[in-house]
Amino acid sequence: MNPMNYVILAAILFSIGSAAVLLRRNAIVAFMGVELMLNSANLALVAFSRIHGELNGQIMAFFVMVVAAAEVVVGLAIIIAVFRARQSISLDEPAELKG
Amino acid sequence: MVNEALFWIVAIITVTGSLSLLFARKGAHIAMSIVTVMCGLAAAYVGLGAPFLGVVQIVVYTGAVMMLFLFVLMLVGVDQRESLKETIKGQRWIALAGAGGIALLLISVIGRVSLYSPDDFTDGNPEEIALVLFSDYVLVIEVLAALLITAAVGALILTHVPRLVPKHSQVEIAEARILAGADPVNKPMPGVYARHNALDVPALDPEGKPIEDSVSRVLEIRHQTQDGAEFRHQLEDTDNPDHAAQPADAPPRDSHDRNPRQGEGESR
Amino acid sequence: MQSLIWLAIALPLASAAVLLLAGRRADAWGHWVGVAASGAAFLVGFLALIEMLGKPAEERALDTTLYTFIPGSDLQVDVGLLADPLSITFVLLITFVGTLIHVYSVAYMEHDKDRRRFFAYLNLFVAAMLLLVLADSYLLLFVGWEGVGLASYLLIGFWNHKPEYATAANKAFVVNRIGDIGLIIAMGIMFTTFGALDFATVGQLVGNASTTTLTAIGLALLLAACGKSAQFPLQSWLGDAMAGPTPVSALIHAATMVTAGVYLIVRSAPIFNGAPDAQVVVAIVGAITLTLGALIGMAKDDIKKALAASTMSQIGYMMLAAGLGPIGYAFAIFHLVTHGFFKAGMFLGAGSVMHAMNDQVDMRRFGALKGAMVVTWVTFGLGWLAILGIPPFSGFWSKDKIIEAAFVGEGWQPWVFGLTALIGAGLTAFYMSRLFFMTFHGKARWTDEVHPHESPALMTVPMIILAVGSAFLGLFLAVGDRFSHFLEPVTGHVEHHEPVLPVPVIMAATLILVALGAVFAWLKYGRAEVEEVAPAGSLATITARNDFFQDSVNRAVFQRPGQHVTRTLVYADAAIVDGAVNKQARGWASIGEASRKVQNGQVRSYAATMLVGLVIVVAVIVVGGL
Repeated sequence: MNPMNYVILAAILFSIGSAAVLLRRNAIVAFMGVELMLNSANLALVAFSRIHGELNGQIMAFFVMVVAAAEVVVGLAIIIAVFRARQSISLDEPAELKG
Repeated sequence: MVNEALFWIVAIITVTGSLSLLFARKGAHIAMSIVTVMCGLAAAYVGLGAPFLGVVQIVVYTGAVMMLFLFVLMLVGVDQRESLKETIKGQRWIALAGAGGIALLLISVIGRVSLYSPDDFTDGNPEEIALVLFSDYVLVIEVLAALLITAAVGALILTHVPRLVPKHSQVEIAEARILAGADPVNKPMPGVYARHNALDVPALDPEGKPIEDSVSRVLEIRHQTQDGAEFRHQLEDTDNPDHAAQPADAPPRDSHDRNPRQGEGESR
Repeated sequence: MQSLIWLAIALPLASAAVLLLAGRRADAWGHWVGVAASGAAFLVGFLALIEMLGKPAEERALDTTLYTFIPGSDLQVDVGLLADPLSITFVLLITFVGTLIHVYSVAYMEHDKDRRRFFAYLNLFVAAMLLLVLADSYLLLFVGWEGVGLASYLLIGFWNHKPEYATAANKAFVVNRIGDIGLIIAMGIMFTTFGALDFATVGQLVGNASTTTLTAIGLALLLAACGKSAQFPLQSWLGDAMAGPTPVSALIHAATMVTAGVYLIVRSAPIFNGAPDAQVVVAIVGAITLTLGALIGMAKDDIKKALAASTMSQIGYMMLAAGLGPIGYAFAIFHLVTHGFFKAGMFLGAGSVMHAMNDQVDMRRFGALKGAMVVTWVTFGLGWLAILGIPPFSGFWSKDKIIEAAFVGEGWQPWVFGLTALIGAGLTAFYMSRLFFMTFHGKARWTDEVHPHESPALMTVPMIILAVGSAFLGLFLAVGDRFSHFLEPVTGHVEHHEPVLPVPVIMAATLILVALGAVFAWLKYGRAEVEEVAPAGSLATITARNDFFQDSVNRAVFQRPGQHVTRTLVYADAAIVDGAVNKQARGWASIGEASRKVQNGQVRSYAATMLVGLVIVVAVIVVGGL
């Protein structure tokens, strides 16, 4: 079976994740959508690594994981801080940028 | 060659799990679904000849990141249900069209390419990865280490609440209470009736009147208190049997969590 | 003492400053400080005159530069004082009459709690007026010119708690400003033409300028003179200026300030000599004003307003004389001096009458005051004889000369100006006699509560001195043409010209007309009953009573169109200039308003935008790039 199928799976997961980011108002759920998009990219990288028969794709996926871990830490800290200030993690409420 | 059965299993698990992102209402459910997605992806990595990444995926995502998510969910209130009704006009259609469009475009591109796939691919074992990581990518590793430390410090700073006023000592708190006119002595304990030690009955003062303050405020808010009238009547029964029947007929204020009264009634 | 003439300005100025700054604590003695300052200024002027008379005629002028007012390469203006016969004449007139009026005011303003302030203003006026006449350049003259305008404004509005008095002060100020514009324009033309503003340089360079330029300067100067001297068509403020206390009317609006216009014309003689057209206009303005003032004076029942109209008319005579050129300058100044005496004396007499009659001014409620106020009657009567031009009193010597001079010339001018002046003399005789008879003769028509009495000595003594001046000053100065010769260094020597009519004929005609006017007034107002309430009167009477509807004319001719112009301009500015800018700004604002909606503050909308952008980029790459 062609590993390209995994790339198609990655594309589907990416679109689901992006839809989640756009549709969900709960900041944590939207954040999980972001994580899913990152993971779909990882999946594509690993699949390409397999297709090309070299390790650089896996290395890149590893780096993405590390960066994602750091991002999660900061992102969740921000969510906590916002929750402290507003007693809510809804993405619709902080609309101070409204022109 | 890639195992086809494994692909389909992984595909079904990951897609159904990730669809919960769009349709599930409770955050905890979503988080657990994503955990399964992560596990499925780990399996996919293993199937694609990257066992090291599969293990790292389990450890980092399933073990650390998703648990962190769950932890934050607990912190902000796990039973916050979210309405799926869209509040921004047109957002739903834009989102679905955008997501569908990107999926279509990517799939159409992917479907049109055919890449050579060597069959003699050896699994990327940890030793080979370590060689590449610490030779070609050593600088990136160092930078990532710095990034992680920065992120940790950043998270600490973001969640840190500075103390704006000095901490009060116990003496100061007591003095403040007295100055504010609070009762200097402890509040009386609730549940004065010897035959009933429940916390939901107020204490009585020397005149026999109930002291409302003696009952926990939480019970008050939950309407789980009772005034102890029936106990009083039981006591008074011994002196004046004429009033005995009256309290039994009085409807209970909150009957479902007040079994003791029922028990008393039966015993009489 | 001629070089120390600046003391004459400095002393009253210092006194005014002291009185204004000292406040209430100077109330008890402040008025005497004012009198002393004015008297000291007179002393300085008098000593300067004596020193001047000791010199030969051509060396009498002395120009002292005090300091440089505006240093500069192109325009350098020094503060310099010019003490020559003309200015010393004014200094003496101002300080002498001024001092007498100061003394008079001590008694007249006795019951006013702001007497100190009054004296401060009076001193300020004296200082400014002296600066005006002593200045050796037009710019410095302008400083004094504005100074007397300010003092006049302050004094007309001295009782500004009455709204109409405050309005009168404003009116005087505004009308004067119109004249000031003329002076400023004249200075501007002078500077561009001659590059200097001092009298000496302008006088030297006047030959270089074209007649047109000189005519323009002359007309601008005439505008200034009209504003300050209440000449047609800027005469409307003088009648209302009588709102000020009577000593103010006597000093500022009869004897000195209003004659500043005449001074300006005479001082600018070199310019006017080079601009015959401007001279004719000056004479015409003088003739019109002299007739107008006389006609108004015939109808007024308010004693002060009648005197004000008379002042206008007499200054008209002076302007007429000044407009006649070198032959008239000396007579203009001569008449100015004698007029200063007799008109100030009559105003003080009017003040005395008002003092006795509880500040009433309606002559129809006077009458038969000669018995109650003998001194006032006699002094006023001397002034009356003087203004009528009965020989040998002062007015005869000065006015008769003007009438004679008006008949000199060729063509239509001598006949028009001469006959106007001649008839004016008859009208003057009528209205002044009317005033005199209505006030002092006939039957008493007093209102019930008044008890006329003679004024205190502090008031009568200045009146007596002025009356003596009115009676004999003209004779003293006219004998042997003393005054004309004294002024000759300034006005220039003039050959004798023969009038178009023989001099005795003119003199006889004048006296006959004067006698006719006086007799007619006696018949109508002396012997006959005077009604206590003014009769409706003919159209002519009503017209004259209303100052020839000057206010209405001003309103219709200047104010209304001016308002319309400004309104149109404001509208045009708002609609076109502002409108264009505002429309443009509103356009940009609406663009901003429209694009503002994009920023709805919703994070998810921004994310959607990003995703759509991504889709578009990928689509472009996929469709176009592959």
